[in-house]
Amino acid sequence: MESLISGPPPIRRLPLEDGAVATEVPPSPGGFTSAKRSIAAPRFSIRRMEIDNVSVSYADREAVKSVSIPVRQGEVLSLIGPSGCGKTTLLRSLNRLTELTRTATLSGRILLDDVDIRLIEPTLLRRRVTMVFQQPNPFPMSVFDNIAYVLREQGSRRQRKKALEPKVHSALERAGLFEEVKDNLDHPALRLSGGQQQRLCIARALAAEPEVLLLDEPCSALDPQSTQVIEDLIVKLRDDVAVVIVTHNLQQAYRIADHVAFMYLGELVEYSSATALFNSPREQRTKEYVSGAFG
Amino acid sequence: MESSVATPPPSPPPAPAPQKPTKDAIEGSATWQLSDRIGLAICWALGLLFCAIAVAIIVYLLIQGLSYLKPSMLVTPATSGFSQSQTGGFSDALIGTLIVGTMGIAIALPVGVGVAIWLVEYGRPAGLARLTESTIEAIAGIPSIVLALFGTVIFSSTALGFLSRTSEGVVFGRSFFAAATMLSLVALPLVVASTREGLNAIPQHVREASYAVGKTKIATTRRILLPAARPQVATGAMLGLGRIIGDTAIILVLLGATQNFAPVGNTFPLNYLRGAGTTLTNFVYEASPTGNLNQPQKAYAAAFVLLLMVLALNAAVDVVHRRARKVGTWSH
Repeated sequence: MESLISGPPPIRRLPLEDGAVATEVPPSPGGFTSAKRSIAAPRFSIRRMEIDNVSVSYADREAVKSVSIPVRQGEVLSLIGPSGCGKTTLLRSLNRLTELTRTATLSGRILLDDVDIRLIEPTLLRRRVTMVFQQPNPFPMSVFDNIAYVLREQGSRRQRKKALEPKVHSALERAGLFEEVKDNLDHPALRLSGGQQQRLCIARALAAEPEVLLLDEPCSALDPQSTQVIEDLIVKLRDDVAVVIVTHNLQQAYRIADHVAFMYLGELVEYSSATALFNSPREQRTKEYVSGAFG
Repeated sequence: MESSVATPPPSPPPAPAPQKPTKDAIEGSATWQLSDRIGLAICWALGLLFCAIAVAIIVYLLIQGLSYLKPSMLVTPATSGFSQSQTGGFSDALIGTLIVGTMGIAIALPVGVGVAIWLVEYGRPAGLARLTESTIEAIAGIPSIVLALFGTVIFSSTALGFLSRTSEGVVFGRSFFAAATMLSLVALPLVVASTREGLNAIPQHVREASYAVGKTKIATTRRILLPAARPQVATGAMLGLGRIIGDTAIILVLLGATQNFAPVGNTFPLNYLRGAGTTLTNFVYEASPTGNLNQPQKAYAAAFVLLLMVLALNAAVDVVHRRARKVGTWSH
């Protein structure tokens, strides 16, 4: 009985493709897991966003408390923590989606390339900081139009299909979906499989040519195969855009993140590199969370 | 794990080996209490009864209608005469039904969709939204004859005299304009309810996905939400249309008790729309044994045509729904 409780959580391991090298040595005994990191160390990192002492409240409830984290291009930043710890709220405040909630108030500063995002028109900001959601949510139109919708002006339908084609194709290619859908671009997007739908949503988010890509538990509704495809994709994207991913899945954070921020009850408990946070957490709460003692 | 427990608590007798549940055990009522079984039987009987009633109406009208309906009736207007062979057909009524249906839904659809969008997507100030909701519910509950009476007050006013026949300063207040406007109120609650249902069925994250690529609320509503709710909007429009072409009271009071078009002025098509007229429901009423015309055979023929129109609308609703289901939807 004892060993069942305190042992590491069961790990969903996905086979590595041949040639992929686990660059980090599995943690020492007593560390996080034996899950392998399938990614290479970042080749570079450029600071794109700066979360500076940010607090977010809904009416009287403080969901995020004085959090400061940098967001860098060339890296994947993962926000982890138990449900209700404020990680999604923090993510949504990066493109001012929290403002859609009437009672939400934000203090502190969030900078995008050194400009306070409150000074940027929300529609403009949200094209520079795009987002993918937990549930795949393609729009009720064709695959092509899902991407074209992003490229067109507000509500306008005027731009010719031909003119948009190269951009649509390149967005689909970046999301690794083009080969699968190139013959069916005019099919309804809602008929794609769940994993394809989610990659379409990523393609849609990339079509705006953002500087930062926010992902809110993008794999939680998907099967393991689709999850791996998307994880590989996320790692591939990190050189082009700064990636911030919220995840419930610690193994996933370990597999794909370069930096991890552990949040608990709205506070940022620990922020460090993925290997450091999982293998030698500084804080007791982090240690307990990553070892599965709570969450 | 059980075996490792030293002193097991007194356990209930071991359950019998799990058997594969039979279809009867899952769906059957053999094991139910008597009262439940009687209740189920009553539900069955009532279901069958309603089917029987519907079938009876349709079959009866089919037989009657087909035996009396002549194609010529569809293209001949009603005329006065002493026998049924001399009184012509009901082409004016048929066209009248099409006119009030088109006009009524042309008013109710944009207004209803607009109101529904405002209620679901904006809904501020909250007090006004609540008031609007109850107003629409109230309209849905008002008998159409009351709407008709109210319509006479409005459309007989001098200011609206241009919409109907006016003679020596007296506004008649009876015209296709008047009838269609009041009939649109009959359809409006159905359009609003159905559109709201459609909009509410769209998960919030779909809206946010559109905002998250920099789209405004208006663009999101026009390009994402309305297309997504199109099946329900179409359903509401067709149900509303069914109510409009089936209404009699407003036609009787606001369109006139004539069996022919009575155009006013010379500018086509305004002359017809400003004038009095008739519809199939009105024709059926007048031609029935209680009406002024008393030619029941033609009443059956017209009723049959009316029934076909309503059934066609219902079938169209079905088609729209089945198509929408095929395209798929989001999870919440």
